[in-house]
Amino acid sequence: MNVGIVIVSHSPLVAEGAAQMVRQMVGDEVPLAWCGGDPSGGLGTSVEAITNAIESVWSEAGVAVLVDLGGAETNSEMAIEFIGEPRASRIVICNAPIVEGAIMAATEASGGAALSSVVATAEELSPL
Amino acid sequence: MTRLSSDDFRALVTAMASAVADNAERLTELDRAIGDGDHGANMQRGFDAVAADLDTLAAKPLPEALKAAGMKLVMTVGGASGPLVGTFFMTLGKELPEEFDRAGFTEAFSKAVAAVAARGKSHQGQKTLLDVLFPMQAALEDGKSVGEIATIAGQAAEATIPILATRGRASFLGERSIGHMDPGAASVALLASVAASMLEQQP
Repeated sequence: MNVGIVIVSHSPLVAEGAAQMVRQMVGDEVPLAWCGGDPSGGLGTSVEAITNAIESVWSEAGVAVLVDLGGAETNSEMAIEFIGEPRASRIVICNAPIVEGAIMAATEASGGAALSSVVATAEELSPL
Repeated sequence: MTRLSSDDFRALVTAMASAVADNAERLTELDRAIGDGDHGANMQRGFDAVAADLDTLAAKPLPEALKAAGMKLVMTVGGASGPLVGTFFMTLGKELPEEFDRAGFTEAFSKAVAAVAARGKSHQGQKTLLDVLFPMQAALEDGKSVGEIATIAGQAAEATIPILATRGRASFLGERSIGHMDPGAASVALLASVAASMLEQQP
């Protein structure tokens, strides 16, 4: 089973658009979910939506999460804590730009790579 | 030893929710200057959700009620403030015994502040809610009265105005963040003043 990818943006449009790009460029080999928007539908992120997105792509190989700004990261960390062990340690937030990171991570994941190399591939895009 | 009754808890939550609602516009205005202009609305949504759940919450022992309220805030506030404010109440609930003295409360409060700092990967002096929480913790440790602590919280929020933001959304603005009060700091000072005026009325 391939590593799953979750895209978390403050904007549902950004998250969905990034997911569309992944689907078109990488195909259907990778479990993929996205979420965006706060609990009342404005710009922001929701722990509940992130938790559901991670659950929906859960893979024994793990899940790589791509986030945009501050609250998306904090809320994703919170979601991972709620999901708890033993799964939590197989869910990693990538320090990578959200669109490029999602595509690189999904490309790596589609070949059956391990979570650590999926994350490393996405993070190669980050400025040092 | 103090034991906060379920009626006290109800009154506290109700007062906090109504203070947040009354100040939502002011908090959003502060956030519009250096953030993304939704802090007041976010906090109001969170505290309204906690208030709506009050019957269930108040039926629990205080530590459990605080934990559940924190969890509710995490789930409903959105934005970065949800996990931060929520973590504060969740940790307070986890660390506070059902009956506690000042030392016990101070210890639980300190752990809650440390948990917020860890969650935000932040420390004092970065123009965040921690710039109010840490002075409150120090005032608790120094044996200050409830009223004094609320005053210190208010002053600490004012003192975030000249700080250059180095954490959170405001840090994107660099030097333009100087001259504005941090909205998260303002929220914490507001909640502190509500809690203080409640506790001062206690016999």
